Amino acid sequence: MNFFEQGALATPQAFAWALAIGAAFGFWLERAGFGSSRKLTSIFYLKDFAVLQVMFTGIVTALVVLHGLGLAGLVDVTHLYRLETVLAPQIVGGLVFGVGFVAGGWCPGTALVGVASGKLDALVFLGGAVAGSAGYAFLLPRFSSFTELGSCGVSTLPEALGIAPTWIVLAVVVMAVAVFLFVERWQRTRAA
Amino acid sequence: MERRAAPYWNPYLAGAGLGLVLVFAYVVLGTGLGASGAVARTAAVLADRVAPAATEQNAYFGPWFAEGSPLAHYLVFMALGVFLGGFGSALAAGRIAPGIERGVGTSPMLRLALALGGGVLAGFASRLAQGCTSGQALSGGALLLSGSWAFMFAVFAGGFGAAWFVRKEWQA
Repeated sequence: MNFFEQGALATPQAFAWALAIGAAFGFWLERAGFGSSRKLTSIFYLKDFAVLQVMFTGIVTALVVLHGLGLAGLVDVTHLYRLETVLAPQIVGGLVFGVGFVAGGWCPGTALVGVASGKLDALVFLGGAVAGSAGYAFLLPRFSSFTELGSCGVSTLPEALGIAPTWIVLAVVVMAVAVFLFVERWQRTRAA
Repeated sequence: MERRAAPYWNPYLAGAGLGLVLVFAYVVLGTGLGASGAVARTAAVLADRVAPAATEQNAYFGPWFAEGSPLAHYLVFMALGVFLGGFGSALAAGRIAPGIERGVGTSPMLRLALALGGGVLAGFASRLAQGCTSGQALSGGALLLSGSWAFMFAVFAGGFGAAWFVRKEWQA
């Protein structure tokens, strides 16, 4: 029984676990070099692919392990917190987020690591993100119907595409490996 | 004092480590990782200092005050952990470097202005999309959620689309 299904996420025990899990998360982000905004944004200039490599390896690792735990009956994904799909705000939000990422140099999680590394631009970015979040809350009445546009409830790719989950997992793994081989080759060609 | 910073770790190793932390979060907490939630909760608390009535009646922020402080939330502790873990790692690797990171042709003031503007956009967008690169792309992506994958491709599209306009900000 995880904390979410017990409705116990607001307990001191859950807070302590969240702190420890966050610390491990921050450790790996920093080790990957994500305490540097130039390293993070260089993906958008096709100079350094660490963002793509780390993110896709992270997703593939978690995907494969969770799928395996699910097949073994050890994890039931329906007992996990799953965000509902609302296509319009998530696509528009993603586009705007990407612009903020390359202009600001950070995303919220990496900015925390940036502040921990002494970067003033990371602190200013977080200040902006706080202001942007407040702006959203207070402007929401003006566009609240947009936040429900394209609502699909909890939607997974296997359900939406009508393909068995194992095939989707395999396809994601194959796609990730293909992308990794391509960027490795690209970097070697550039270095030569 | 000037000690050479250690090299970054292999991206696939770091990615695997990150992925296993995510699995652990799902198994223990039942939720994924997240960073923008703590930012939004900080915004709610600061807005409450300035305009308590408007904030506590606000449709988005208001419910967070129903059970005490908006900061009494697991995502706030997770963000605190990210900071501490990042600090420990940076310290151990000799990578604590106070300063402003920017391209050679960009003044510190311009870089900070772009960091602020980018932060505003990312903060707004993370609320609109119900998450950021951690909570939406990484955590939802690993559960194959349709909206998370749509968000992730949109982030890359937005980043690549805007990259040309801010190229001087990052030029070596």
